[in-house]
Amino acid sequence: MIRALLKTLLTVAAVACAVSAGAWAKDNHLPYKKQHWEFEGVFGKYDKDALQRGFQVYETVCSNCHGVDHLYFRNLGQKGGPFYLPVCPEGVPESVKCSNPNQNPIVKAIAKNYKFKVTDGPDDTGDMFQRTPLPSDHIPGPYANEAQAKAANNGAYPPDLSLIIKAREDGPDYVYSLLTGFEPQPEIVNLTASQHYNPYFRGDMSQFLKDKYKTAEGKPLPSVEIPPGGVLAMPPPLTDGIVEYADPDTPQTVDQYAHDVVEFLSWASEPTMEERKELGFMTIAYLLILAAALYWSYRVVWSNVEH
Amino acid sequence: MQDDAMHHQSTYKPSTGFEKWMDRRLPIIRLAYDSFVDFPTPKNLNYWWTFGGILAVCLMIQIITGIVLAMHYTPQKDLAFDSLEYIMRDVHYGWLLRYVHANCASMFFFAVYIHMFRGLYYGSYKEPREMLWILGVVIYLLMMATAFMGYVLPWGQMSYWAAQVITNLFSAIPVVGESIRTWLIGGFSIDNPTLNRFFSLHYLLPFAIAGVVVLHIWALHIPGNNNPTGVEVKTKKDTVPFHPYYTVKDGFAIVVFLTLMAAFVFFAPNAMGHPDNYIPANPLSTPPEIVPEWYFLPFYAMLRAINFNFLFISSKLGGVIVLFSAIAVLFVLPWLDTSKVRSMRYRPAAQLWFVLFVADCILLGYLGQKPAEGVYVAMAQAATAYYFAFFLIILPLLGILEKPRPLPKSISESVLKPSTSETPIGAQGQAAE
Repeated sequence: MIRALLKTLLTVAAVACAVSAGAWAKDNHLPYKKQHWEFEGVFGKYDKDALQRGFQVYETVCSNCHGVDHLYFRNLGQKGGPFYLPVCPEGVPESVKCSNPNQNPIVKAIAKNYKFKVTDGPDDTGDMFQRTPLPSDHIPGPYANEAQAKAANNGAYPPDLSLIIKAREDGPDYVYSLLTGFEPQPEIVNLTASQHYNPYFRGDMSQFLKDKYKTAEGKPLPSVEIPPGGVLAMPPPLTDGIVEYADPDTPQTVDQYAHDVVEFLSWASEPTMEERKELGFMTIAYLLILAAALYWSYRVVWSNVEH
Repeated sequence: MQDDAMHHQSTYKPSTGFEKWMDRRLPIIRLAYDSFVDFPTPKNLNYWWTFGGILAVCLMIQIITGIVLAMHYTPQKDLAFDSLEYIMRDVHYGWLLRYVHANCASMFFFAVYIHMFRGLYYGSYKEPREMLWILGVVIYLLMMATAFMGYVLPWGQMSYWAAQVITNLFSAIPVVGESIRTWLIGGFSIDNPTLNRFFSLHYLLPFAIAGVVVLHIWALHIPGNNNPTGVEVKTKKDTVPFHPYYTVKDGFAIVVFLTLMAAFVFFAPNAMGHPDNYIPANPLSTPPEIVPEWYFLPFYAMLRAINFNFLFISSKLGGVIVLFSAIAVLFVLPWLDTSKVRSMRYRPAAQLWFVLFVADCILLGYLGQKPAEGVYVAMAQAATAYYFAFFLIILPLLGILEKPRPLPKSISESVLKPSTSETPIGAQGQAAE
């Protein structure tokens, strides 16, 4: 009976998967480029070098339009962060504890030299003022508020990036595909200078068709194949060589930049991932041992009962 | 025949001076002893019976993690989303509290569905356990309200739009619908007052659930447990004391369940959530698709299956009526099932319809996350029809038309020689009482 039930459930699940796979194929963007990410999977960890390079890409390129509201400078130097220092490097005074993110010399330097100031105040005269950031400050974004951001970007609001990987289906592959997937506009559509075609972006290209591909009512002609994807206000942000890496062996290509910045943004959206997985192994090991002990006790307790 | 296996006599003997002193004033130790130590429990309960204990553990986990989360959460529309990220990033083990709370909600429903299907299969709702079943449905209703309001608290896109869709259901009620919705959400749109009251009620309702759980256990301990044969306990030989026999068996099952939950919490904490809920609520931007949490999907499919007007009932009102009827029908289930045989183990025809019913519920869940268009709507209508037909047509008729297998004379007999136990069909009526 139970077997029959399980069999039915499995069949239903299999049919459901098959049908939904068909439905996904109907989605109007290209399927994302599947990448191998070291941090995915049960044993996955962030690659510290990639995190540092990714932060550099963010700081040099992305931060011109996008903030990372939920990050503080100190996060960069916390355990698992890109610039965490378990012990101080040579030449740092004895009194400094580098494992403390607020004392981490790299983090302090990043905060001090950051391209944006933070607003503080009010001061003694009641005015707000700008000052150099400290490790304990939020990483400041490029705009004071949403209205300013929209005004600077033709009405489009560059979303905050600190949760972007978790806020999108298949976040890492999606952001990677988007960053590396810009294409010249297809022949049959008409875009303005501030509209940029990307086949991985969710959108509807039929509204941009040139007039000769539309019927009198504005519907696409039946013979026209609508291109996949959509249109962004963001121009292709990355070009080869735009960010200069300190390590000469790392290629300075769009593909490498995209990989590194996705690594950084994944960490930004889930900075506790490594700690979580470590605790997970301990917890599950503990529970399995406890389960074995309880099962053994169960067998002993029930050994004299016919049931 | 109704001996002390049915009306369990207290066997508690206070041994220490303190226990004797207590027993004459507030016999609470006696109550606990009689309920959870020496409670006579059928010795043939299978693992499907461990989900009661599992659910009690889920409720405790939710209340404890929830209370600590509430110490760090801010129920204000401009701060709620950020306060969650503060919990995730800056509160010590805040990520653990929040992921346990979010995933345990899913596991709670997973367990409650198994618990309900088990009750359905083994006829645990039948005389004399009608109140036990009805209290269970009350708990389930309270769980749904609690889970829905909890899902709104992160104030992400799905939170906001789920609140929008669900509270909109009430506006389908003729004449007073709009007023009721305005009263429920505290204004004309989902806003800060909605978030405030949902937080307040989300904190309150789990304690209401705990209260009804006490009644549920009380109603369980009057007739005692049902069991896989559906044949009542006859003598003490059919039972074992709850402790240590079922404390150890439930304990094992609970730990296995917690291991499954830990796998989600630590290695796929967002698998059961929706990515859109990591986008702050935005009243001006509707998400491409609004889907509820997986455990509401079957009901969501039924709601959307009604896309036609019926007489003076609009499709919207019709959907809401179907939605609420899907739960209301559970309340009258004990009187819909006409079969004298309690357990479907001896009802081959019922087994078939039951398996179809489980598959139907899963199919509805699948359809709930699909767009309400084309073939999906037709499938959802058929599946909804079967859902109601199972309760309103199949169960009442089966009891009259089917030919059940012979029942064992007692639990002990079924355990010792399951194949040779034969009871004439006519004797089942008595056997089941």
